[in-house]
Amino acid sequence: MTLIEWMPFSVLIPLIAAPVCALLPGRVLPWTLTFVSVLASAVICALVLPMAVGEGPLSYAFGNWPPPVGIEYRVDAVNALLALLISAIATIILPWARVSVNDEVPDRQGPFYALFLLAMSGLMGITLTGDVFNVFVFLEISSLSTYALIAHGKNRAALLASFRYLIMGTLGATFYLIGVGFLYIQTGTLNMVDLAERLPALADDRAIRTAFGFIIVGMGLKLALFPLHRWLPGAYSNAPSMVTVFLAATATKVAVYVLLRLVFSVFGVEFALAMPFEEIFFTLGAVGIFFASLSAIKQTSLKRMLAYSSVSQIGYIALAISLISTAGLSAGLVHIFNHALMKGALFMCVGAIVYRIGSDRFADLGGLAKQMPLTMLAFVLAGLSMIGVPLTAGFISKWALISAAIEAGNGYAVGIVLIGSLMAVIYIWRVVEIAYLQPAPDNADMSRRREVGLSMLIPLWILIAANFYFGIDTRLTLDIATRGAEVLMGMTP
Amino acid sequence: MFEFVMPPAVIMIVGALLVALARPMLRPLIALLTPLVTLYAIWQIPDGIQLSAMFLGYEVQVVEGSALRRLFATVFAIMAFGGVLFAFRQSKWWELSAAMIYAAGAIGVSFAGDLIVMFLFWELMALFSTVVVWCGGTEGAKRAGIRYAIIHLLGGIILKIGIEGLIVHTGSPEIRALALNNFDTWMIFIGVLINAAAPPISAWLADAYPESSPMGGVFLSAFTTKTAILSLILLFPGQPLLIWIGLWMIFYGIIFALLENDMRRILSYSIVNQVGFMVVAIGIGTELALNGAAAHAFTHIIYKALLFMSAGAVLYQTGIRKCSELGGLFRTMPLTTICGIIGALSISAFPLTSGFISKSMISSAAGGEQLMLVWYLLVAASAGVFLHAGIKFPWFVFFQKDSGLRPPEAPWNMRAAMVLFAVGCIALGVFPGLLYGLLPFAVEYVPYTADHVVTQLQLLLFAGLAFFVLLPLMKRTDTVSLDFDWIYRVGLPGVLRAIEKLLVRGRRALIAAAVPAGKQLKTWFTETPYMLFSSRSPMGQTAIWMAVLLAFVIVLAII
Repeated sequence: MTLIEWMPFSVLIPLIAAPVCALLPGRVLPWTLTFVSVLASAVICALVLPMAVGEGPLSYAFGNWPPPVGIEYRVDAVNALLALLISAIATIILPWARVSVNDEVPDRQGPFYALFLLAMSGLMGITLTGDVFNVFVFLEISSLSTYALIAHGKNRAALLASFRYLIMGTLGATFYLIGVGFLYIQTGTLNMVDLAERLPALADDRAIRTAFGFIIVGMGLKLALFPLHRWLPGAYSNAPSMVTVFLAATATKVAVYVLLRLVFSVFGVEFALAMPFEEIFFTLGAVGIFFASLSAIKQTSLKRMLAYSSVSQIGYIALAISLISTAGLSAGLVHIFNHALMKGALFMCVGAIVYRIGSDRFADLGGLAKQMPLTMLAFVLAGLSMIGVPLTAGFISKWALISAAIEAGNGYAVGIVLIGSLMAVIYIWRVVEIAYLQPAPDNADMSRRREVGLSMLIPLWILIAANFYFGIDTRLTLDIATRGAEVLMGMTP
Repeated sequence: MFEFVMPPAVIMIVGALLVALARPMLRPLIALLTPLVTLYAIWQIPDGIQLSAMFLGYEVQVVEGSALRRLFATVFAIMAFGGVLFAFRQSKWWELSAAMIYAAGAIGVSFAGDLIVMFLFWELMALFSTVVVWCGGTEGAKRAGIRYAIIHLLGGIILKIGIEGLIVHTGSPEIRALALNNFDTWMIFIGVLINAAAPPISAWLADAYPESSPMGGVFLSAFTTKTAILSLILLFPGQPLLIWIGLWMIFYGIIFALLENDMRRILSYSIVNQVGFMVVAIGIGTELALNGAAAHAFTHIIYKALLFMSAGAVLYQTGIRKCSELGGLFRTMPLTTICGIIGALSISAFPLTSGFISKSMISSAAGGEQLMLVWYLLVAASAGVFLHAGIKFPWFVFFQKDSGLRPPEAPWNMRAAMVLFAVGCIALGVFPGLLYGLLPFAVEYVPYTADHVVTQLQLLLFAGLAFFVLLPLMKRTDTVSLDFDWIYRVGLPGVLRAIEKLLVRGRRALIAAAVPAGKQLKTWFTETPYMLFSSRSPMGQTAIWMAVLLAFVIVLAII
């Protein structure tokens, strides 16, 4: 088998492992199966990436039905990077998650891990497929399993948050499906490459333009674009810690990818420029950065604060995309990658804190740096990356974004990015001040305040190290992102 | 030429991390050795680009050697050694580590061959100098640290926009002389000047430095402003605007130092003042002037650190920062007194001290360029320096009245550091060739001519006379107010009172109007979006927003 034939297995292995995993008893077996299949998927992605970047798009036709009739998997620089990100993050999370899951989901871990595998394979499928309806199918697979995962949260509020996400997420998916329906009616095809060939002739068609509207609004909800972000804080703050880490690092990014792929590769740059795409994404991105940061500053618990911070980071990505230039898209793609690293690390810290002291409210965190020095130091370092301090991944993102904005002559974008960074300083600083400078609260249970074990610390610090590594060596991120942006802008095949 | 060059800054950072990780027993040894190893490494760097790397898609020059860069790096390394010697027994390990990384940032900026690398180390300095301020450990230090961080964050952002703009528009991150003819270079200019404590943002320096620990102040006095000076020499030599900015800083520093009562705040204002001399020199921009700026930065770091050390030793032994509560300490702290006086004489450019050989270069440069007004102002300012730092500081702290305090002499390591730097001040003053050999341009300048020496002595004599004649006016009460009371006592009472009244009234009116408005604005900004976008019954509203957005897109798309 060649590498191209192996490529679909990065989706199929977790998908096939999921039902098996659901049947496994106990705690060790489901976890082991999950880890092995996720790791296999990551290895395949890592092998595919250089080939996809070097040789251009790799195509695999399912069941030997040649596209556009059959379903095609199509991998280029953009989605190869994203697929690697998803599978690598999942691989890092799992060792970290064991104790946390034992604590939060003590029983029936088989089905829990099965749902995780489904969610992960759904995201991978969305990323790799070259068929717009297939995107919807995988979107539903990942969404439905995500709803169920969120409902596993310890609080009863998790059920409500899951229900709300279910309703809102379904709205988003439906919008997307309606858009795809319009496209199919007008063009008679669902294959992305095929669509891209047929759409330019129909650029003035109203149904196509309406389809564009439905798709970007639907995906806008899935990627938590302000003001369609309201499902996110509840979902992130009530889900089990492991699920939060995974979702925060990957789920919204995949929605951004779908949007990028459809808008730029399928509809095409010309079409996007003719549409009010630029204005909407710029406005919503800018307003989103500001208001979501403001909300983050106002929060009184860690998970909600970071959730709002995620919404504001999505704003940066939207802003970058709205520049419709190679530099802008590459800044957006870099930030997708880097944000996964920093948010993943931050939520891992929170997960570790919740695992030890059972709460993420600011009132309970006073003086925690004394008892959990390594976790809190990791939080500070990831926070620095979030702010965009030099030699962190966040710095690269902000640098690329500001450069792209200056190149586009968009002074407002520069200003907003800077205001957003200052606001990030405020909300990260609040946590640092509480954990380092305030005394422990009187009712704190000091016996529970201990550093977490190595199984949590090692994955956490791997992510922290990655934050710094990708702040110095930008070959994997910036170079591939630039290549991906060129692909999306249609400059290279 | 592909030998691997170890960037000196990296050596320093590694040393700082080792200090953090090592056993308490080994920490002093590592902390003291690191600056010396770094110094050795600095002198192994030949001219030209020595180390480059790929970063952000550009080939960045991590290490570029030149006489000027080595000069600054050398004094930074010496300073780090002196600071560590002064601090290692008293400081907590995290203060030492932070200060060493701060010094590493300064050394990194010294060798940065392009703007990207410069910015990286620039931010490193900002970050760790904030930590050093916080190591003061008091509530005041915490707040001052936050204000300090905000200013430097803003300065960093401004600099970053300028650098990015320059790179996007010219395609090159190279450090080269820039002209102030577009937005990008202005932003870089402003960003660098903020670190130089130029007006109107000079206050951060005197706000933050005196709040640090007795040991931290020594480190803080050296690096931030002097890296800004180096950057100005490299980026904006001969920019005429700098002359006036520098003169403003000189007189701002003198006036506020004369008004001040806190001894380390006096010294902080005097940093602004001395940096002003260097900025003027860069503005003049001739070879002699640039030599003068570099030489003055070198000597200034040594004697200002010495002054901060003697003030720090006093503070460490007595815990008192106000001049009005100190006095008569020469009885029990004779060595600190002598070292403080040597520092004070150096800053006053007394012949046979280091200040004389460097500051006279700057005034000669102004004279040589026929900038007579500038020259007169510089001479007048030299007298002012003697007033505020040369006499005022040692007089009020060590002599004056007998405050009844009998603190013991400072610990041995503090004394050793002070003696080291005092010897340095004298040695440079007696053998100017030591420093002149390191300067970027060949030096033909002779400091010790009869004319120079006599002029300077006369000037100092008269300033000294003026100080003791005006002594009653110089005495500071226990207040820390910087307001109009001083000028009011000197004269012009009517006018100033009227202005003050007007200002007070205006300020009150402004406060009366602005506070409620600001509160309302704040409530609006914090509550409204929260209610609009983050309420806890989100489903319906999300559906409405989707409909609105969809309608918006479709209407715009179809029209």
